[in-house]
Amino acid sequence: MSDSAREQAAQTPEIAAEPGWLKDKWARFLDSDIYYSFKRSPVTIVAFTLVVLLMLGALVGPWIAPQNPHDPAQLNLMDGFTAPFAENQFTGNFYLLGTDDQGRDLFSAILYGLRISLIVGIVSVLFAGVLGVTLGLVAGFFGGWIDTLIMRIADIQLTFPSILIAMLIYGVARGLVPVDMRDEAAIYILIVSIGLSEWVQFARTVRGATLVEREKEYVQAARLIGLGRGPIMLRHVLPNVMGPVLVIATIGLALAIIAEATLSFLGVGAPPTQPSLGTLIRIGQDFLFSGEWWIILFPSMTLLVLALSVNLLGDWLRDVLNPKLR
Amino acid sequence: MLAFIIRRVGQAVIVLFTVGLVAFAIFRFMGDPVENMLGQEATVADRAALIERLGLNDPIPIQYLRFVGGALQGEFGISYRLGRPVSELIVERLPATLELAMVSALFALAFGVMLGVYTGIRRDGFLANVIMSSSLIGVSLPTFLIGILLIWIFAVEFGWLPSFGRGETVTLFGFWESVLFTVSGLKSLILPAITLGLYQMTLIMRLVRSEMLEVLRTDYIRFARARGLRRQAIYFTHALKNTLVPVITVTGLQLGSIIAFAIITETVFQWPGVGLLFINAISFVDIPVMAAYLLLVGAVFVTINLIVDLLYFAIDPRVRFDSPGKGA
Amino acid sequence: MSDQALLSIRDLVVEFPTRRGLLRPVDHVSFDIHRGEILGVVGESGAGKSMTGSAVVGLIDRPGRIAAGEVLLDGEPIHRLSEDAMRRVRGRKIGMVFQDPLTSLNPLLRIGDQLVETIRTHLSVGEAEARKRAIAALDEVGIPAAARRIDSYPHEFSGGMRQRVVIALALAAEPELVIADEPTTALDVSVQAQIIALLKRLCRERGAAVMLITHDMGVIAEATDRVAVLYAGRLAEIGPTPDVLSRPKHPYTVGLMKSTPSTLGEGGRLHQIPGSMPGLRAIPNGCAFHPRCTKRFERCDKERPDPIPVGAGQIACWLYDPAEGDRHAAARAELAGAGSDPAAIATAEAGEGAA
Repeated sequence: MSDSAREQAAQTPEIAAEPGWLKDKWARFLDSDIYYSFKRSPVTIVAFTLVVLLMLGALVGPWIAPQNPHDPAQLNLMDGFTAPFAENQFTGNFYLLGTDDQGRDLFSAILYGLRISLIVGIVSVLFAGVLGVTLGLVAGFFGGWIDTLIMRIADIQLTFPSILIAMLIYGVARGLVPVDMRDEAAIYILIVSIGLSEWVQFARTVRGATLVEREKEYVQAARLIGLGRGPIMLRHVLPNVMGPVLVIATIGLALAIIAEATLSFLGVGAPPTQPSLGTLIRIGQDFLFSGEWWIILFPSMTLLVLALSVNLLGDWLRDVLNPKLR
Repeated sequence: MLAFIIRRVGQAVIVLFTVGLVAFAIFRFMGDPVENMLGQEATVADRAALIERLGLNDPIPIQYLRFVGGALQGEFGISYRLGRPVSELIVERLPATLELAMVSALFALAFGVMLGVYTGIRRDGFLANVIMSSSLIGVSLPTFLIGILLIWIFAVEFGWLPSFGRGETVTLFGFWESVLFTVSGLKSLILPAITLGLYQMTLIMRLVRSEMLEVLRTDYIRFARARGLRRQAIYFTHALKNTLVPVITVTGLQLGSIIAFAIITETVFQWPGVGLLFINAISFVDIPVMAAYLLLVGAVFVTINLIVDLLYFAIDPRVRFDSPGKGA
Repeated sequence: MSDQALLSIRDLVVEFPTRRGLLRPVDHVSFDIHRGEILGVVGESGAGKSMTGSAVVGLIDRPGRIAAGEVLLDGEPIHRLSEDAMRRVRGRKIGMVFQDPLTSLNPLLRIGDQLVETIRTHLSVGEAEARKRAIAALDEVGIPAAARRIDSYPHEFSGGMRQRVVIALALAAEPELVIADEPTTALDVSVQAQIIALLKRLCRERGAAVMLITHDMGVIAEATDRVAVLYAGRLAEIGPTPDVLSRPKHPYTVGLMKSTPSTLGEGGRLHQIPGSMPGLRAIPNGCAFHPRCTKRFERCDKERPDPIPVGAGQIACWLYDPAEGDRHAAARAELAGAGSDPAAIATAEAGEGAA
């Protein structure tokens, strides 16, 4: 495939001859298999658009939300249980997606909740990625007992599902934090516990690539002429594993979002004062039987769309970057 | 082969030892057990007596050995929150979780393999594509949302099935509260079992499918087709058997995670199992329960892994002769 | 030879739609195989040899397909048969042997089970009878202690032994035609000759025809009655093996023979055809070989030559078109003079670049 891409690039000299590497890169991107496959997959385009929209919503949420749901002063109990797309029967106030028992505007709550879910998801994946890639490089590069130690820990951790690990780390971390600070620290504890529960995939992939690279001749040759092989390998290993790492990170993001929502739903995640999507669903479950369906429906839909879109992107990326699995 | 088994058992012991160490560390160093057990009004003498009685002045390795010894005898201390022996709580709650996990596992395995084979064979078929697309929703759908959705449809809207609890139980062997023999018990089991099994079913299905596709591309399947063997023979005798090794590995691990994911399902359906016990323990930082649960789950996982390893022998003749450890 | 060919391929076209256009790995190929005959099919990798074999048994991987032409077995068209009808032809009428014996056998099933299964699929015999025949089949292909080895798994055999098992499997339901796709390429040199001799003997005994796909000129010289030379998915030359090897006529075949190393030769330099075979994406107009041909003339890059009967064979080259008259007599004479010594080729093996 890359051969044909190169072939194609050679056949369009007017683009290749253009000055400015950015334009050249852009032209190459437009001609690449990734873009081609993206163009050809309507599902991926929709998923990508949805993810971008949701991220934008989370980003500008505080400015477009009619209300700050974290600020109790802005809530009016009289507005409680307003149905969506309708005016409140007592106050006449209109809320797009309705309100919960506290009179909290659901649309605003979802925007703020989305923010927390995405922040926790993205930061914990970054955390897991940096940790995993570093440990993988160290394990593959040094080998010996460091390698054994890291990979043993990875193996043992891999024996258990990551949600359980996250719960456990959350429980331990909560135990270590003074009682009166637990709510404030909850978000950070969440990030650490989800991040620590997902580094293994990164480490294993990077270590494998490092081991392959270490034996290659140019590394041996570089050593012969007295160059350190560390920097050279870094320059060769990292680009090689960027593809798989990107795939793991994307799928990991979906997993992290779901893990955060699950922990929050179980009441061991984001606190009720700073509700994430999972917390909103937990609150909404109480009203399922009394007929206030919107309190649970809209946060659930948002979570589902977010997780599904990220998963679809991850699936597509994996297919593109690893045609063998198609 | 014997060497292989011994090595695997050895590895299992090491894993359990590590888990035990973590559990002990949590048990011993998190929070202050004395404070937790005595409350505020205790005198200094009470404290000293309790510290002496709990052996907290002994060297750490001795304490660890005592912890392990206690755990082996089913002694995990006393729950801070409920004030009852942890072992008693677990024995009371374990049957509920085990029944739920078993039924979900059977459901996930049976439907996962069936649908996986189907979608692998009918790769471009319409129904197969529909199943594959919905399976992605299944993977993206957090377990608790599946549960809520099922409750909404079958309990709230139609009112066919109960939305929480276990219904009537029958006592077996004097301690095992079983729901498998009463109508209301079975009815209350349906929704939690589907909720818990759906995610694992999707994973198994997708795995079986991709393994089928992989195997169907191999030379020996091509040769089997070139010999004019019947489709069923190619799919079920030749292909399915070759997909089983990775499928068993993952399925085994999935069965383990069913126990862990039961925490979520039990919370949604208020199913009185060990998972619900554990999640409450986390909320209240009930250390002895957390430590005991960790050891319990560790033991279950290690056992399952061991069984999975041994199953390779039954399926793949090459493992019996080749150097073990590669597992494929 | 009976008057009706056992296998008859007529203007066969195989197409693969791809992202950057339609590829034609097999492009209007025609030839016959008669009963009891061994036809060699040679060509460089990518020339369409294996694809032709796969097309005959209907095992082209998607999205490839037979776009035009016919495949007749005993005069009956089989290229449009339903999947189930085609399944009955495979194994029963046409057996296949693949290149790599290490991957051709299902690693998880005993070889006996694979044999019995094949026999019982096509012949109405009981389990015990099928097992007896399986042992006989293993015995026939030279597996020692067949009655005991029948319950072994594939990984317990060496490569050469496994290829014998593969041949036993291909012949288990007594097919009339065997397509052997590079049956010796993956084997040690020392067992290659044994496997070819075995295949030849068994087919002769059973009166089965063979389509032997290979790039090994030694194998061609030793085993085949006729040989078809493919170039870029097209038939370049076909004829009786001694004629093609010692008096090749198509400029490509001539180059191919001259570039075959000869162990008995007088030394001298190995010939090299300038350039390389075009990829499927860039087949030139007219004759696919013309950019590399030293004898090309104005017609070659404009019109595509169809095979023209010459002597006992056919040549797809305008030099031999009767309409051209005697214009090219000198060129033809030069090509004829350049042929190699058949005795030398019989023991030679084609190098990578040549075939």
